[in-house]
Amino acid sequence: MAAAQVLQSEWTKIRSVRSTVWTLGLAAVVTSALGGLISVLSRNRFDELSASEQLRFDATYISFAGMGLGQLAMIVFGVLVVSNEYSTGMIRASLAAVPQRGLFLASKITAAALLAFVIGLATSFVTFFLGQALLGPYRASISDPGVLRAVVGGGLYMTLIAVFSMGVAAMLRSPVLALGILMPFFFLISNVLGNVPATKEVGQYLPDQAGTKIMQVVQLPDDAPYGPWGGLAIMAAWVAAALLGGFLTLRRRDA
Amino acid sequence: MIELEELTKRFGDTLAVDRLTFVVRPGVVTGFLGPNGAGKSTTMRMMLGLDRPTSGDVRIDGRPYAELRDPLKSVGALLDARSWHGGRSAYNHLLCLAQSNGLPRQRVAEVLETVGLGAVAAKRAKGFSLGMGQRLGIASALLGDPRILLFDEPVNGLDPEGIHWIRHLMQKLAAEGRTVFVSSHLMSEMALTAEHLIVIGQGRLLADTSMAAFIAGNSRSFVQLRSPDHERLREVLRDAGVTAVVTADGSFRVDAGDPAKLGELAAEHRIVLHELTGRQASLEEAFMQLTAGSVEYHAHDAGAEPPPGPEVFAPDPATGRRPPAWGEDWRRRRGNDTEGV
Repeated sequence: MAAAQVLQSEWTKIRSVRSTVWTLGLAAVVTSALGGLISVLSRNRFDELSASEQLRFDATYISFAGMGLGQLAMIVFGVLVVSNEYSTGMIRASLAAVPQRGLFLASKITAAALLAFVIGLATSFVTFFLGQALLGPYRASISDPGVLRAVVGGGLYMTLIAVFSMGVAAMLRSPVLALGILMPFFFLISNVLGNVPATKEVGQYLPDQAGTKIMQVVQLPDDAPYGPWGGLAIMAAWVAAALLGGFLTLRRRDA
Repeated sequence: MIELEELTKRFGDTLAVDRLTFVVRPGVVTGFLGPNGAGKSTTMRMMLGLDRPTSGDVRIDGRPYAELRDPLKSVGALLDARSWHGGRSAYNHLLCLAQSNGLPRQRVAEVLETVGLGAVAAKRAKGFSLGMGQRLGIASALLGDPRILLFDEPVNGLDPEGIHWIRHLMQKLAAEGRTVFVSSHLMSEMALTAEHLIVIGQGRLLADTSMAAFIAGNSRSFVQLRSPDHERLREVLRDAGVTAVVTADGSFRVDAGDPAKLGELAAEHRIVLHELTGRQASLEEAFMQLTAGSVEYHAHDAGAEPPPGPEVFAPDPATGRRPPAWGEDWRRRRGNDTEGV
């Protein structure tokens, strides 16, 4: 069985359900619209900032402020792509057609990740340019040092958060359970752990806390002990662990 | 050809499938019969590599399922439970399965026509009736034009016309030389479609025989006797060493009895008989008796007991013989009077 066949099959699965369109659409709209809104607010309040705050003003990162909410739709996309197989019973037909479970999971995740990357990257660029336009005089330029890396990084971040969710969904198999854990974790718990001084030491190594570093252009001296690519590598390690867990679960369990 | 060898599946403390060994041969419809909960679906899922056997193995044409290249071209299966995404159209559901096995796109349209879903191909499967869903499952089984077909309870939810259609389809597929393995909990359904029969109960093999041999071996005859002198007849039968059961209407039932001998016995003792009838038990009854000792979920009204009344007397009360031990009896005799396992 050629991997190309299975990849094509998984692509057909993804494009033929409506949840793909609305989850990815929502991720794009929420990320860019909320980023735009926060950019407008930041522009209007720029004069109220202290001198040191103005110095640390990161126009690029501000335009990505909608990512915290937009990523939730990306998580839903990742969870549904995998757990829909279980909740609908499709998994039985799928594994009867492709009994090599590693190939099945790898193809599914590759197809979904490629789509998430295309949408994520497009969203990231739209979000950046929209945000910068609204920031007016305080805007950053795509040719400024580190900006292009941050914008491409935004697309990578959205892809990785979706793939992480796919791995977790493959481990938990139930969409309700996977969303019930991932949504509050990324919306609340991770933010608390990453920003409260007492837990920051550990919290900064959580996937989203480490991964968002790639979208920052202005690096602060007292900041995390890893750079933008280091942060993304930490996030990628989380993703790899989730995928490994998902693969082991799929290989071991009855369908 | 499907070969099972000592196939066993344990879920926690429950032994769902217990050392099943049998072979499903091509060219005939093989019925896979057993009461609900006997382990039929689990066995079929293990055949497809969906469930991992606790021990033992299944081979499809000599190889484990997972080693098949483009398995839909070798094995097609209709599973018991729903196995499609309701939000996907029937066409796209079949298309993604076809693509995974390198099957051409036009094959999807063909099988949709075969099962009569051509008109609703673009409709989302969510709105399908039970019968349409069953047809979609059959379409996916036929997709790769496989040599082996597994159908788990295929007539479930089908209307009479659909039932007729699936019976005809299975027989046609077998006539083409394919291996057709179909499960059911209804003996009457099997009697109409299957040529070979595999019966399981509580995960264990109870019978592996041709349908003809099963009918010959299990349509047990019994003799019904009625006499106005009920008590004397009872004594005479007991003294002669004949095991008789008193039925609900007050007559005696003697399993596997010879009407001529019983008539002579009564005449010898000058007992008037109002009835002396040789009868055949139905196939459904034979199946129920075969599996009586192994029904997972007994109805409490003793519905699984053989129809005649519960009062039993035996020549020797010490043995305490009861009719439901029949399955055991059959298993002992299996070696000599039916086809071997």
